[in-house]
Amino acid sequence: MKDFIRIASGQGYWGDRFDAPIDQVREGKVDYLVMDYLAEVTMSIMQKQKSRDPNLGYATDFITLLNTLLPLLVEKNVTLITNAGGVNPVGCMLAIREIAENLALNGLKIAAVYGDDILNQIDSLIASGNDLRNMETEADLSLIRKQVSSANVYFGARPVVDALQKGAQVIVTGRVTDTGITLAPMIHEFGWAWDDWDKLAAGIIGGHINECGAQSSGGNFFAGWKDVAKMERIGFPIVEAYPDGHLVITKHESLGGLVSEQTVKEQLLYELGNPEEYITPDCIADFTSIQLKQEAENRVRVFGIKGKPDTPFYKVSISYFDGYTCIGQLTYSWPEALQKAQKADEIIRKRLQYLGLEFDEIHTEFLGYNACGGDTAPAIADPNEVVLHMGVRGKSYRDLNKFSREVIPLVLTGPPTVTGFGGGRPKVREVIAYWPALLKKDTVEAKVLSIEVI
Amino acid sequence: MKKVQLLKLAHARSGDKGDTANVGVIALKPEYYDIIKKELTAERVKKHFGKNVKGKVERFELPNIAALNFLLHNALGGGGTLTLKHDAQGKVVSANILRIEIDVPDDLIIE
Repeated sequence: MKDFIRIASGQGYWGDRFDAPIDQVREGKVDYLVMDYLAEVTMSIMQKQKSRDPNLGYATDFITLLNTLLPLLVEKNVTLITNAGGVNPVGCMLAIREIAENLALNGLKIAAVYGDDILNQIDSLIASGNDLRNMETEADLSLIRKQVSSANVYFGARPVVDALQKGAQVIVTGRVTDTGITLAPMIHEFGWAWDDWDKLAAGIIGGHINECGAQSSGGNFFAGWKDVAKMERIGFPIVEAYPDGHLVITKHESLGGLVSEQTVKEQLLYELGNPEEYITPDCIADFTSIQLKQEAENRVRVFGIKGKPDTPFYKVSISYFDGYTCIGQLTYSWPEALQKAQKADEIIRKRLQYLGLEFDEIHTEFLGYNACGGDTAPAIADPNEVVLHMGVRGKSYRDLNKFSREVIPLVLTGPPTVTGFGGGRPKVREVIAYWPALLKKDTVEAKVLSIEVI
Repeated sequence: MKKVQLLKLAHARSGDKGDTANVGVIALKPEYYDIIKKELTAERVKKHFGKNVKGKVERFELPNIAALNFLLHNALGGGGTLTLKHDAQGKVVSANILRIEIDVPDDLIIE
């Protein structure tokens, strides 16, 4: 057994800094690279792509990245785990094989983890008594059944451990939790039991620290952002995991960033609910048990973690079409910028009334004045400029489109000194809403398929 | 007692879960934690945010890292892709909570 393993975060979300994963592999020793690509809205976009072309439905720019990344992974013997497979992990695996063949990376083992996509099983699941009601509102799925565009179970570390045990060096999954992809290598390397709750919880917390990329290593750091070195090449976090279940959070020395108790604390609290009940498919982690200790520069020890047994349910993420939004912006200059922007808001609202347009919501904010603070922002006297930010939401594309045409005309018909309309008419966007539900674990099965490049 | 803005006593990070914003408030020094815990009640936070938070405010304690975690329900205009708010994911709620002024003992040394 290894004394410890180093699991590097390469990406916090789809669209994160593109060269971070390359730096993570090139700039020092790591054993695993984990990359998170998926959000609720991503699954819906990928389903749409797959419905147009059955070979698609995964993160295509991940495939582009592999041209550079894959030879490095092989050279440095680093294993990659990512949920870039989206709604077509097997298709993604085949695309990777093609790249590996072109690069003559013979012997490379690639695995796909799938079975999480239950879009085509919704009706049979409901018929067999799994009602998939909204776990927050208790509403019945029939309310939005016709609008559903994707439905995925969140798998945990288990199927990823299976893939690792098959010897895969590149593992692409569908909807596996962001935490599970960091936990899996620890279980694989250290042979932790599936009921060793404290250790599993430690791995999950390592995953939580890794899952948002540089947010734990100096990015978005409230307490001391001015002290963070070289943010233009910020070092993403590395979780150094030990067999006894303690972790050290660190980063490559050659890169920028900062790992301190404060940077780690901020990330621990990110998107946290009840800290004693951080529920994952693998276990329940207790964030009130975490102890931190800065043991050297850019090295924070994380220890003392407690966990509890997992629940009998998987969380399911269902996305559905829910109308449209359109947000327009206009910039008003001093003097009386706020008053001008307020007048423009009034005029547009009167126009919408005059045209007989009705929306589910009309919402106005004044950027530079109160958009960040709302009621908590103190008044300021006469700002240099104010951006009118006005949005509408509704079910009729036609009506939203009419709203879109009402913003720019204000430039010549409304209050003076207005600019910032270079983007033209604001875009009407589809709303993909999110429906969280629970599903008994024994109703779905994770599958692993692996291939070798020859 | 003297009034001190939380910005001098704590740092924070916020994010979203649907229409709920979460904000973690972390004491800058361990000795600030008890006074923050006493003063920064769920009621106080709810009052501070006013109309910005339509639902209830829940508070959780993490004494191990000298932090409090707040859940601000119905605070993001529907949340996710539904919202028309500029701060759609509650990213700057962290800054707003630190505007709150709390009473601290006169002899508490603040850097």
